[in-house]
Amino acid sequence: MPRPEVLNWIRQQFFPHVWCPGCGHGIIMHAMIRALVAEGKDPTQTVLASGIGCSSRMPGYVNTCTVHTTHGRSLAFATGIKLAKPELTVLDVMGDGDCSAIGGNHFIHACRRNIDITAIIMNNNIYGMTGGQASPTTPQGSYATTAPYGAIDPTFDLCKLAEGAGASFIARGTIANPVQCEQLIRKGIQNKGFSVIEILSSCHTQYGRKNKRRRPIDNINFFKENVVPLAKAKTMSPEELEGKVVTGEFVNRQSPEYTEQYQKLIERVRG
Amino acid sequence: MPKVAFWQGNVAIAQGALAAGCRFFGGYPITPSSEIAETMAEELPKLGGKFIQMEDEIGGIAAAIGASISGVKAMTATSGPGFSLKQENLGFAYIAEIPLVVVDVMRGGPSTGLPTKVSQQDVMQARWGTHGDHGTIAYVPSSIKEMYELTVKAFNMAERFRQPVLVLGDEIIGHMREKVLVEDGLEIVNRKRPVVAPDEFVPYKADPSDDVPFMAGFGEGYRWHATGLTHNDWGFPTNNAADIEKKMLRLMRKVDRFRDDIVEYDTYEADDAEVLIVSYGSVSRSALRAVHEMRQQGMKVGHFRPITIWPFPDKELGAYASRVKKIIVPELNCGQMVTEVERAVHGKCPVYSKGLVNGELFKPSEIIAAVKEVA
Repeated sequence: MPRPEVLNWIRQQFFPHVWCPGCGHGIIMHAMIRALVAEGKDPTQTVLASGIGCSSRMPGYVNTCTVHTTHGRSLAFATGIKLAKPELTVLDVMGDGDCSAIGGNHFIHACRRNIDITAIIMNNNIYGMTGGQASPTTPQGSYATTAPYGAIDPTFDLCKLAEGAGASFIARGTIANPVQCEQLIRKGIQNKGFSVIEILSSCHTQYGRKNKRRRPIDNINFFKENVVPLAKAKTMSPEELEGKVVTGEFVNRQSPEYTEQYQKLIERVRG
Repeated sequence: MPKVAFWQGNVAIAQGALAAGCRFFGGYPITPSSEIAETMAEELPKLGGKFIQMEDEIGGIAAAIGASISGVKAMTATSGPGFSLKQENLGFAYIAEIPLVVVDVMRGGPSTGLPTKVSQQDVMQARWGTHGDHGTIAYVPSSIKEMYELTVKAFNMAERFRQPVLVLGDEIIGHMREKVLVEDGLEIVNRKRPVVAPDEFVPYKADPSDDVPFMAGFGEGYRWHATGLTHNDWGFPTNNAADIEKKMLRLMRKVDRFRDDIVEYDTYEADDAEVLIVSYGSVSRSALRAVHEMRQQGMKVGHFRPITIWPFPDKELGAYASRVKKIIVPELNCGQMVTEVERAVHGKCPVYSKGLVNGELFKPSEIIAAVKEVA
């Protein structure tokens, strides 16, 4: 049972939620709220944006300032919110297809600007809500309703993408380790800049039924068996890392933050 | 004392936005509207406002909506292809009821079409471009003074009705320069803030007096949920038939109820006219010259100019239909607004369409020739 200070952040009146029993997304929502509580955030001064998909239904249940936008566009909305009112704490939750397919352009440019938003990618390797179609993070060779013979498309590494595009904090966790998720989200919120926390979630309903991970526990076990912490991954060869999930903090660097740069511009122009 | 300015049309739109209290612009470069973004980029920081050039047109409108949700008046501006790209998020602003001004400086289409040449091919897209039903408010300015004043009005209407309002300029008016007497003390309207405490706030519960809900910006102490899903008074997605119908009918009604407050039009020599020309935007400049010349030739010709193309001034135009013998509608498309004119006239007199889609503006002589052809 969540702690009372966590429940204060939940709109229980809108339960039951839309997620299937056993879905990984609730673990991420709980970790995120624990992180916000631990950081002492005020829900009236916190914004949670999202796009479209199972993941993006989360803001409806979180009792803060929430906006459930259009498919792939949430970071562009969040950019407007943060730039208009830099004093707000802004988080953005996206699914893997939402963030990296239809929303790819907004994602790379939010990284590039290093605007102070904490982006949480809830990656379950599939378009769950629409019935299990392949996404850019569907592992090559696995099955989806639009990849009935196995996906031939190379798989997108979103943390590497974010690193190349300029995000200042980048990390990956899995739902098999909720404490690590909470810690990574806390660090993302603390970072003054664009933070990307990719959390591998699970969709036994759509991904699992096609890929021999039919039960929720099959997915948790998959992560437990295949997670490699970053420090250990550095000692392994690419062949040994094949099919593994590397977790941990990939990037934590200082770089100029967009809204602070804009404030300096205003001061320069006004003299 | 009114200030005298010599502005390009696109600059006048930017100046109007600033005068209305716009403090956020999200956009993307596109001809022939880029001067609006350029002016905002230069002027907003001086006022402590924010300009952002987004990664695409979709991001431009999304950022502007985000700013408006945060309580800051916001605008985006574009032209044909960009207007197409913005349609999805335009729909979001209609259903989530977010005040916003969207400028479309019309150029020739379809697709990339004629980036540097004038058209009026987007007037139906302005009404029906995004999917789903909603009320539309769209202005069609025909002078630089109107580019300024109607942009101020567009912000006022957006704030009053909590929805996007469109300003449909065109390449000619956008790039033309004219002297403008900038009046002091134009009315400025701001959105209605909640009058109840945060724990009593129901974000989409409409004020019965105008069917418009009260709006709190993010960070103003109220926690609420905005969504593009059809929602109930709590802003929460619903599949309940009664809640769905309530929301949809209110979206339409909040504009329909105040149609008479919104609709604007202008006439010239229309009272005793036998032939009435109906035109808007840059075309009306040529049409007014044509009316003037035909009057000098003794022809009883008049002009009717919609200033709001949406809602269309149908009652007002319809009143002339029983008094004139013929109506002719020159416009820079293959006949779009003429269908609204026919609806307003309702068979009371013949209506002739005169389209022009060669990228040029009508010369007055061409309008005179068109009138003489049907007269």
